[in-house]
Amino acid sequence: MASPGETIVESRPAVTQPAKTAFSWGRYPHVQHRAIHKATWTDELPRILESATSGSLLPYGLGRSYGDSCLNDGRDLVDCSRLTRLQSFDAESGVLRCECGVSLAEVLEIAIPKGWFLPVTPGTRFVTVAGAIANDVHGKNHHRAGTFGHHVRKMAIYRSDYGLVICSPEENPDLFRATIGGLGLTGIIAWAEIQLRRISSSRIDTETIPYHSLAEFQKLSSESDEAFEYTAAWIDCFSGASLRGIFFRGNHDKKPNLEVRNKSGPSVPFVFPGFLLNRYSVKAFNNIYYGIKSSWKKASLTPYDSFFYPLDGIGRWNLIYGQQGFLQYQCVVPEDSSGAIEELLRLIADSRMGSFLGVLKRFGAAPPAGILSFPRAGLTLALDFAMHGEATLRLMEALDRVVLSCGGALYPAKDARMSGAMFDASFPNWRTFETYVDPKLSSSFWRRVTEKR
Amino acid sequence: MKKVVILGATSGIAQEVQRMLIKEGVELLLVARNSERLLAIAADLGTRGAVNVATLAADLADVSAHENILAHVQEQLPEFDTILLAYGTRLDQEQCRHSVPMALQELHTNFISAAALLTVFADYFEERKSGCIAAITSVAGERGRRSNYVYGSAKGALSLFLQGLRSRLYASGVRVITIKPGPVDTAMTDGMEKGSMFADPKDVAKDICRAMAKRSPEILYTPWKWKYVMAIVRAIPEGLFKRLNF
Repeated sequence: MASPGETIVESRPAVTQPAKTAFSWGRYPHVQHRAIHKATWTDELPRILESATSGSLLPYGLGRSYGDSCLNDGRDLVDCSRLTRLQSFDAESGVLRCECGVSLAEVLEIAIPKGWFLPVTPGTRFVTVAGAIANDVHGKNHHRAGTFGHHVRKMAIYRSDYGLVICSPEENPDLFRATIGGLGLTGIIAWAEIQLRRISSSRIDTETIPYHSLAEFQKLSSESDEAFEYTAAWIDCFSGASLRGIFFRGNHDKKPNLEVRNKSGPSVPFVFPGFLLNRYSVKAFNNIYYGIKSSWKKASLTPYDSFFYPLDGIGRWNLIYGQQGFLQYQCVVPEDSSGAIEELLRLIADSRMGSFLGVLKRFGAAPPAGILSFPRAGLTLALDFAMHGEATLRLMEALDRVVLSCGGALYPAKDARMSGAMFDASFPNWRTFETYVDPKLSSSFWRRVTEKR
Repeated sequence: MKKVVILGATSGIAQEVQRMLIKEGVELLLVARNSERLLAIAADLGTRGAVNVATLAADLADVSAHENILAHVQEQLPEFDTILLAYGTRLDQEQCRHSVPMALQELHTNFISAAALLTVFADYFEERKSGCIAAITSVAGERGRRSNYVYGSAKGALSLFLQGLRSRLYASGVRVITIKPGPVDTAMTDGMEKGSMFADPKDVAKDICRAMAKRSPEILYTPWKWKYVMAIVRAIPEGLFKRLNF
């Protein structure tokens, strides 16, 4: 008797899933993939790359990109969500090496008890390490710590043309800089090494301060950037001329407390009917939210999950936007263009289409970590919009014109509709980046903004 | 349960079980064929805080090497008290139908080699007079279906084997646990259309760990609903069942 395989994984290449539907977080656009290859081991990645045709593949993690940068309409995805093995963690130096599909939630789970924290974290912990690199994500400490890419020490990247390439700021620095913020197009990241940051407490000593004008927000920002590691603000996009919002600032507490919080809350059970979210319900929500937050005592000790990840508490919250899904609009405008932010807010208030998740933050001046990194000095505004077809798209085009006129940029990870011209203006050096794109990789986003010109 | 040997440590369910066991401070010996993948898993468990993880690269389907495997296992994890047999293949039924070698291979891996291993380990546990033997079979072994009867018959035979072993080792105080998962979303089932019936391997692993740790039922259906689903499936008269297309 021949000795057969011990597990089926080893006796045949990674299998193609018949299920071809993969969504981005905004659930717009709806696309059909030709196939989804599920990798269980990093050693399967070269075979998947090898058997792919030119421009046909895109690595996919937890699908938290909002638009189409994690989708590949009519072509294939490599689902890397099973590649979740940690390789090493040095509790003395805080250096973690892990496979691409490890989520930031898992990183926190092992890092916090040892006195370490993510150097930079986005607003959800359910993204993969490779996704955080590919979108060069930022967080509330951008003014201090830059982006996630600034804390990557090393990566191993599978390329269809060069095989496994190790890169770091010293070794293959060009591919390193292209891969940070490279939207998954420069090869499939097998593993990455990141430098965590030391903490004595996972709790955040938080202050919440209401503000009533953009000038007030800017004053709070510049005052706080020096003394507070984390700053960001909620903004009521229905407030129009009488602007209002809540400014949050905080630091890791000094009193030792290395509590890990990974309890999951309730989940949205099904796709809500779209009409539940309308200007009246959202307005009511914003009033209540402002009422509660502005009446809170000014300082409090907040667990890290409520400070950084308030929405992670509700599983699949994206389903509340209904079958049509939603779009997020995130732009950055130069510091001296606060008039542009006012203009954007006026357009949004007039349209009555805004939603409750408005965020305003002042980016620091750190030089970008990657060629296509989005964060740059200035003010960034992020807002969700339920997808209502043409009207929503037209509003966003109007917003684009304001951003364009002041020399601003849009964030690819949040985008499902920007024009090629808008992409050109946001990332004038994308032609340089293009030379590092793996010939077998592509995405819906990439084709949309670079083709047809 | 302090020292556990996992036979087929690279399987999707086994990997989740291992991550749970180390949280309880359990020492592990991981056995599988691919040594690089074994090392990747051992590094992962070590980084997650495992007390002791040893590895042993061995082709468990090669029956002639089993006698040595026990010696190696004893050397690497002396005084182990639990084994979990977690390996298996699920070859395509259509292909098995047309190929005798393939059908035999499926039976050999899933039943013959497993039975041979259990025979070797049973003596160890009988002598020890305590401990636990757990093995993953399948709900597919409960009734022959046209869509998977080669795989199903191997798993069914393994369930019967375990039943006999349980009775034999009862007097020695050794527990024998038959684990019958429904379909699980792992690499083994990739290629199948995966609907809502497919369980998360994490949930299945949680059930397995609980069953190995407690003096609870020695036949585990996981997720639990399969106990009732299979009761119905078993109750369908053969005259009707043979007409059903599933």
